[in-house]
Amino acid sequence: MADDAATTEDAPLEQAPATDERRDAVVAELTELLGDAVVDSLVKPGLGIWVRVATDAWSETAEVARHRMGFRFFDFLSAIDWLPSPYGRYEDAAIEVEFPPPMPDRADAVPGYTGGDTRFQVLASVAKPGTDLRLLLKADVPDDDLRIGTWTRTYVGAAWHERETHEMFGITFEGNPDLRHIYLPSDFEGHPLRKEFPLLARVIKPWPGIVDVEPMPGEADDAEGDEDA
Amino acid sequence: MTDVLTEAQQLAYANAQAADGRVNVEVETEDGMTLNIGPQHPATHGTLRVVARLDGEQVVSADVICGYMHRGYEKLCEVRSYPQVTTLVNRIDWLGSFANEVPFILAAEQLMEIEVPDRAKWIRTILFEMSRLANISLFIGDLALQVGAQTPAFLAFRDREFVLNQIEAVTGGRFHPNFDRIGGLKDDLPKGWIADTKAAMVRIREFCDLMDDLVLGNEIFQMRMRGVGIIPPDVALSYGLSGANLRGSGVDWDLRRDSNIGLAYDQVDFKVWTHPDGDSYARSWVRVQEIRESTKIIDQLLDTMPSGPVMAKVPRIIKVPEGEAYVATENPLGEMGYYLVSKGDTGPFRVKIRSASFNNISIVPWLLKGVYVPDIIAILGSLYFILGDIDR
Repeated sequence: MADDAATTEDAPLEQAPATDERRDAVVAELTELLGDAVVDSLVKPGLGIWVRVATDAWSETAEVARHRMGFRFFDFLSAIDWLPSPYGRYEDAAIEVEFPPPMPDRADAVPGYTGGDTRFQVLASVAKPGTDLRLLLKADVPDDDLRIGTWTRTYVGAAWHERETHEMFGITFEGNPDLRHIYLPSDFEGHPLRKEFPLLARVIKPWPGIVDVEPMPGEADDAEGDEDA
Repeated sequence: MTDVLTEAQQLAYANAQAADGRVNVEVETEDGMTLNIGPQHPATHGTLRVVARLDGEQVVSADVICGYMHRGYEKLCEVRSYPQVTTLVNRIDWLGSFANEVPFILAAEQLMEIEVPDRAKWIRTILFEMSRLANISLFIGDLALQVGAQTPAFLAFRDREFVLNQIEAVTGGRFHPNFDRIGGLKDDLPKGWIADTKAAMVRIREFCDLMDDLVLGNEIFQMRMRGVGIIPPDVALSYGLSGANLRGSGVDWDLRRDSNIGLAYDQVDFKVWTHPDGDSYARSWVRVQEIRESTKIIDQLLDTMPSGPVMAKVPRIIKVPEGEAYVATENPLGEMGYYLVSKGDTGPFRVKIRSASFNNISIVPWLLKGVYVPDIIAILGSLYFILGDIDR
C-alpha cells in the first residue's frame, strides 16, 4: 500500500494471469484425444488443471496422458468421499454426538471442482517432467458398484496407491491383481477414510476444539468474535 | 499332501504373517528360502520390512511390507483446524520437519488468496533449505554406516548440529519447529542469526567436501554402490520417484526451479544437479551436490533479505474458502504435496498427503529382483526413505 511503485512492478509476477494458454491447450488436447469421455474441466490460471472423465474411460485416460501427451510422471492416486461426516467436526465438546449417528442424506454429498454425480470419486495426478504442468484427473465411482479400471498397466507406480485407496475407501480397481492391505492388518474391517468410519479416540473423548484458540500476540485486547479480514 | 509349499503359498503365508505384525518368517524349501528382513533389523532404518525370496545369495522376488507406523494423518486432518494440522504434518518426515509444513500452508494460502510478505517468503525458503541440510547431511552418514563405514556417521551428526542450532534459534524447536503459519511465520529472526547462519553454511560446505573425499571418493564405497540398483528414467517416472532418486536417473526436473509456488527460489541462482547413471552411487552423489547447492541458496537469500513484517493480516479464526488446491514442493526426500479440499470450514474436508518416500519405496520389489543380498542394504540406503514419510 505504501510504496505503490513496488506493488505495480511486482503485480504481473504476483498475480496469476486471467487466462492460461498452456493449460488451456492441455485440456484441448485431452478433449480431442478422448472425445466425449471428458465430462468437465477447469483451468485455474497458473495453478492447475482439473479434468473429470467418464468412469469407463479412466484407464484409457491414463494411457492417453502418458503415451500421447507426455505426462510420464505418476504423482498420486487416491479418492474423495464427498459425504459430509456424520460426526460433524468434533469442534465443540458441548455437542453430544449419539453413536452411531444418523447417516447424512446422500443428497448432501456435494462434489467440488468439475462436479460429479456420485459419492466417491477417484482422484489422480500426473505431471510432465521438466515443466510445471500437472493434470489432476477425477472420475465418478458408481454408488452401487464401487469399481473402476486400474492404472497399473500404464503407470506401474499406481499399484501401491490403488492398494491404499482400496483399503481406505473400499474401491476396487479392476485389473489390479494385488489389492492386499498395505497399511492396515489383513483382517481389518471397514474403510477408515470413509466419512462414516468413526475416529474412536474423538468419539470417546470429545475435542475441546475451537474454544481453546489463544489470541495472537498483541491481539489479546481485541473484542471477542472480531474477525476482521 | 507334500511338505513342499509352492512359492505362491509361501508368499501368501509370509504376507499374512507380515500383515498381522508377526515377525521372523523364514520358510525354507528345496528350491530356495524366504528371508525376512525387519521390521526391527539393523539394515532397515525404521520399521520397514522386506520379505525376500532367495535362490542362494540372489533375490528372486521381494515384497515390501509397511504400515507398522501408520498414524492415519489424512483422517486426523479432517477433524482438526488448519493451524493444528501443521503440528501433525511435522511428524511425517521428521528429519526435515519444517519442509513438511510448507506445502500445506501454501495450499491453504492459495485458496485464501493471501499474499505473504516478502520477508516471510525469504525466511521460509531459508528454513526450507535448512531442513534439507539437516536431513541430507544425516543421510550421507547413515548410508556410509550401512555399508560399513563408521566415521562419516559421527561427522554427519556433528555437523548437522550447526544447522539444527540455527533452526532452533529461530523456531525454538530442533526437530519439530511448527513455525509456519497461514499468512507468514510465527516470529522474525533473532538478533545475530544471519551472521551465525553464514558461519554454519561454511561448516556445511566443508562437510560436503569432506564427504566427497571420505565417502563418495572411497574405493570400497564405490565398489558397493556403482552399478547396483540401476533405475532407468522411464521406470523412475512411471513409479513416481522424485527428488534425488529421479535426478540420479538423469531426469532434469526440480520443482524449485520448474514450478515454484510461493517461495523465493525465483530470486536465487542455483544449479540442478543430475547424474546419468541411475545407480545407487548416482543417487548419493546427487544428494551431496544438492546440499552444497543449498548452502549457496541460503547465502544468497541471507544477502538479499528484505525488511518488513513476517505475517500478513489474517483473521484470527481461519476459515479457508471452498475450493481445491494441490501444492507440491521439492522436499529433502522428493516431491511432497498436499491435495487440500475445503468446504469453507475451520478445518479441511479432505487432505491427501502425497509423500515422497511412499512412491520412492514402491519401486523396491522391482528393483530388488536379481540382486545379491548385501546389495539390498546399499539399494535401500541409497533410495533414502523416512518411515514416517511412507506410513504417514
